[in-house]
Formats: sequence, C-alpha cells, structure tokens
Amino acid sequence: MKGFALHFCFCDTRPMKFSLLVLSAPHSRQASQSALKFAQTALANGHELYRVFFYQDGVHNASQLQSPPQDETNLHDEWQALAEAQGTDLVVCIAAALKRGILDADEAERYERPQHNLAKPFELSGLGQLLDAQLQSDRLITFA
Amino acid sequence: MKKILVLQKQAPYGSSLARDGLDYVLTSAAYDQDISMAFIGEGVWQLVKSQQPAEIKQKSQLAALEVLSLYDVDKLYACHEDLNERGLSPQDLGVDVTCITRAEIKQLMVEQDHVIGF
Repeated sequence: MKGFALHFCFCDTRPMKFSLLVLSAPHSRQASQSALKFAQTALANGHELYRVFFYQDGVHNASQLQSPPQDETNLHDEWQALAEAQGTDLVVCIAAALKRGILDADEAERYERPQHNLAKPFELSGLGQLLDAQLQSDRLITFA
Repeated sequence: MKKILVLQKQAPYGSSLARDGLDYVLTSAAYDQDISMAFIGEGVWQLVKSQQPAEIKQKSQLAALEVLSLYDVDKLYACHEDLNERGLSPQDLGVDVTCITRAEIKQLMVEQDHVIGF
C-alpha cells in the first residue's frame, strides 16, 4: 500500500485475524503510518491482530531513540502504546535489525556496542515468526 | 505443509528486498513449507547470468538463488512478458526457471494457500 489517503472500512465483515508486514522506515515513507492506522482501525472494529512483523527498513520503527518534532508522529511510541493497550505482538527481524543498528541490551552486549535502542514490547526474532504470522492469520498485509 | 508463493518483484542490489525475499524463502523451506517462487516485473533481473556484484560490494543474488535446490525449492517461474519487455530471453538467465505467461502466474497465485511479495 503506497502513498495515498487510506480510509479503512471494516463494516459488515466477520472478525478476521490479521498480521502486518512493515518494510519501510518511519518518516521516509507513509507505509509505517498506514500500517499503524490499519492496526488501530482493525482492532477498534473487533478484528484480531496476531502480529506486526518489522522487516527491511521497517526495523527502524522499533528504535526508542527516534525523536521527531512534537507535531509529528513518534511511531515507536505509537506502536508501544498499541502493544500495551491491546497486547499486540511486535516482532523485529533480528538479522535486518542488527545490520541497521537496532539492538536490544543483550545484542549490544554480544556485539560490544556502547548503546542499545530496542526494548519491550518490541522483540528481536527470526523470519520464522513472519512465516508463523502468515500461516496463522487470515490475511498478512504488507506495507512497503 | 502449506503452499506458499513468493513473488520477487525487485531488481537485485538497488534495494535489499531481493535478498530479503530470498531469505524468507529459505526460512519457509527450512520449516517444510511447499514453496514456489515467481520472478515478475523488475524481479526478472535477479536471474540474469554473469552478475558481478563484487564490484559494488554486494553479495551475488544469483549465487544465493543457486542454493535453492539444496532446500528442495525447485518450483521457480519467470514471467514471459516481463522478460520480453526487458529484452531478455531464457538464454540470458543463469538459473533454471520455467517461463510462464502472466495469465499462468495469475493461475499459480489462485492455487496457493498464501502469497507474499517482496
């Protein structure tokens, strides 16, 4: 789904189990914002969100150091709020994250890096979690 | 075991999606899923032989595709029209793929349990 205004309407549909695949960094593209909006709207309309998987540049959504201007969305904080309110599973591809400098405390220690920028509710894991999301969900929707 | 079709839509190297999609295929194959791959649009460039990505500090996509048979991923398809539109013929390709038409790719998609595109 690419840069246009998205109005998600889930009226008169049976509850579905969704997973989202996010491939773009916040701010560079609209995709992350669209994915967040989709997630919020789906949940508000009684659907289930099984997992949000962050891959390729999407891993930047998980950086807790992102500091946009006050009048712009902080995607990390928005995803965190969603996870805390709804228990949504936020999984970040570990291979894609490490090479882009998105590390949790354990990985920072393993690779002897002075900082980390990923913490719960985001979780580093492998591509098997994307496969699982695809197999377990009625729909896997890609935001690129 | 589910039937999964992975669509490869991007040329190699310009973005990491070609490699990322392949990594998803290898992961899915390791978990014993029934994988097919279709190279469509700019994705057909991944198949071209004589790639020299070392010149631009990249790993060869072609060499990576060659390991697919070790994972029993042997259902590889390329879109006939997309090859033609780019002046490519089967002789230009370095991987053993079946060339099928857009209509046949559409049919292939219908036959799957899941489809994912990179």
